[in-house]
Amino acid sequence: MDWQGQKLAELLMQILLLIAAVVSFVVGYATASFRTMMLIYAGGVVLTTLITVPNWPFFNRHPLKWLDPSEAEKHPKPEVVLSSKKKSSKK
Amino acid sequence: MHSFGYRANALLTFAVTALAFVCAISSFSDKFSNQNPSVEIQILNINRFKKQSHGNDEVSLTLDINADLQSLFTWNTKQVFVFVAAEYETPKNSLNQVSLWDAIIPAKEHAKFRIQVSNKYRFIDQGQNLRGKEFNLTLHWHVMPKTGKMFADKIVTSGYSLPDAYR
Repeated sequence: MDWQGQKLAELLMQILLLIAAVVSFVVGYATASFRTMMLIYAGGVVLTTLITVPNWPFFNRHPLKWLDPSEAEKHPKPEVVLSSKKKSSKK
Repeated sequence: MHSFGYRANALLTFAVTALAFVCAISSFSDKFSNQNPSVEIQILNINRFKKQSHGNDEVSLTLDINADLQSLFTWNTKQVFVFVAAEYETPKNSLNQVSLWDAIIPAKEHAKFRIQVSNKYRFIDQGQNLRGKEFNLTLHWHVMPKTGKMFADKIVTSGYSLPDAYR
């Protein structure tokens, strides 16, 4: 799961659970049935689990683009110089 | 949220928190129900009224209990416990409460009832104070909700008295 996918999964999880909670309470209160409320909420939790917990392909739409190894070799890391010198040069 | 386990954990935590809120709101919704229970208790007969061999007064009586407790039931009520207590004052105790009968009402359909019973638990005084004693019969109830706090209330019916002599 990539970074965007993780953010999406968390957001989806919270929104779906809140919707499940609100819907279950409203329906339970309207039908005066505590059991109905609990069943709807349990259903909502199961659905949310199925949607957000497995690593579905749509959470991997924004793969990180690493540089090609050969490309990286052409641009070697900057040499490590003394930190005091580095700082002064930046300024 | 980078692994299966982390996502499952985060989901479970959030789900249980939301469930706690739903239960709290359910409990709060009970406050909007108006309760108007009613009860009438009559004493049909004093079956036995005597002094026990070790000196305490004991009464056996038949009660007629006519109650309508349906309004105590909301969608969040699991059951209601009711009991009838005889309450009176003696020189020794400012309040004596003797439970005579009790019941558990499991559903609203059973909350309106009329029964005639002799006392389920023995009505024994601490002493010999019951001859000619005026007493109250009080219907107490404890409401046990599915979620939330238990609460209790009562209806006092007064004006009962015991005979002046043992029989």
